[in-house]
Amino acid sequence: MVRTLSLLLGLTICPSSSWAAAPSPARQQELLYLLHQDCGACHGMRLKGGLGPALTPENLSALSEAQIQQTILEGRPGTPMPPWKPFMSPEEAGWLADRLKQGKTTE
Amino acid sequence: MKRLLLPLLLFLPLAAIADDCLLRGTGDLGVVIERATGSLQVVDTTAHKALFRVEGLGDLSHASVVYSRDERYAYVFGRDGGLTKVDLLCGRIAKRIVQGGNSIGGAISQDGRLVAVSNYEPGGVKVFSSDDLSLVADIPATRTVKGKGSKTVGLVDAPGERFVFSLYDTGEIWLLGMKDPAHPRLTKFAGIGRQPYDGLVTPDGRYYIAGLFGEDGLAKLDLWHPEKGVERILDHYGKGEQKLPVYKMPHLEGWAIAGNRAFFPAVGHHEVLVMDMESWKEIGRIPVHGQPVFVMARPDGRQLWVNFAFPDNDTVQVIDSESLKIVDTLKTGKGTLHMEFTPRGEEVWISVRDKDEVQIYDTDTRKLKGRLQARKPSGIFFTDRAHKTGL
Ligand code: HEC
Repeated sequence: MVRTLSLLLGLTICPSSSWAAAPSPARQQELLYLLHQDCGACHGMRLKGGLGPALTPENLSALSEAQIQQTILEGRPGTPMPPWKPFMSPEEAGWLADRLKQGKTTE
Repeated sequence: MKRLLLPLLLFLPLAAIADDCLLRGTGDLGVVIERATGSLQVVDTTAHKALFRVEGLGDLSHASVVYSRDERYAYVFGRDGGLTKVDLLCGRIAKRIVQGGNSIGGAISQDGRLVAVSNYEPGGVKVFSSDDLSLVADIPATRTVKGKGSKTVGLVDAPGERFVFSLYDTGEIWLLGMKDPAHPRLTKFAGIGRQPYDGLVTPDGRYYIAGLFGEDGLAKLDLWHPEKGVERILDHYGKGEQKLPVYKMPHLEGWAIAGNRAFFPAVGHHEVLVMDMESWKEIGRIPVHGQPVFVMARPDGRQLWVNFAFPDNDTVQVIDSESLKIVDTLKTGKGTLHMEFTPRGEEVWISVRDKDEVQIYDTDTRKLKGRLQARKPSGIFFTDRAHKTGL
């Protein structure tokens, strides 16, 4: 159910969601490093939360992959969550969103 | 893989020393936090070397440290709620507790008997005996509309056995009097501004100042006259200007004060702000390389050293506090996270995460004097903090 919803949202909001071509293995490593080091500055290096909420699958269960992708790319105006689109493509943000949903974030 | 193995190999000999305790002073010691591995190194700032590595400190993202007044023990506040008392002379953990879900920082009381910890989750402050880390007081935060305790930030100590902190979600400053540890006295200031994200106390212990993320300006509380309430300062700053995104929150801790001027990071602008300490008015802005994270004054106040948020975190700039000109731009390397001056400021130690090293510079010549290997180093804390209010 959640899956279908995210597919639908994915199609309407951003046609290039996570099933698009995955980033190269080297870029995947970079993204995971960024996730722990730089996202970790606010979400905790182990993603257990800080100024920003925990980025664990349980905590993200209410959000679809596409919503997470959108949050990463655009940030959340009015909160400290900044937009990351200058530093990653929609595909890459979708790939990160997918990894976060699955809890597969070890480098 | 290579990245991991190299520092490990370099450090094998360290572990072997950790058996005997040292018989020496601790005034020129400090610790370097190795955040990814939950360890720290005890360093000697005279010899430029590591004495011990202490492991098992838990999640050290955003870790901070305060010192006992005899400068023998470091209290390390970890992200996983861990509070660890580390014996610098023996290079080992004297006591460790996990006190809360998700802590962010701590402070030690004026008399050194109490250590306070602030928590993101569940929010609030807990106060412990500095001796055995037993719980002395538990101060839960205001509940937010979602029913959670407000994230608690910017915890500092203040004269009179007080602690001061801010509540991020509910926009408050609380003053906690611990003169009589059995009867904590709480004074609350509400409506101080939106999303206070960090706080500081001036080195004389008189003013508490909270930075606001959600609006312009800073909230100021005069601790000599708390009855006067919280005042807004610098609220014209940044009005009507488009803010840039901030990829790492700036720190106010250890506000850089040189003469009667204070220097601190702008939020969402690539500038260091200059404020007159008498009128509390902005008197200048210094354009810098990126979003500043730390603005640190050399102990003599002559220079300011500034590091930056992602994606500009490979650079450190040095500002002359008299002319307000940038006198040097150093390319230290990606992940330049923290800087700490030796007690009288002839050297600065800088942690460079992605190079797995701490770089030691002569502050006058800005020449690199030495390097120390460390695994993903973040915070650097020297023992002279023991005798400084707010650090
Ligand atoms: C400067 C601090 C900061 C950084 C850096 C940061 N975030 Fe955030 N993030 C936040 C805050 C604060 C929120 C909560 C926003 C709100 O109140 O809705 C948030 C929310 C989120 C959410 C939504 C979570 C939820 O439960 O609603 C996601 C997903 C997220 N961030 C991912 C990331 C990723 C991925 C990165 C790195 C590429 C990152 N963030 C970097 C501060 C940050």
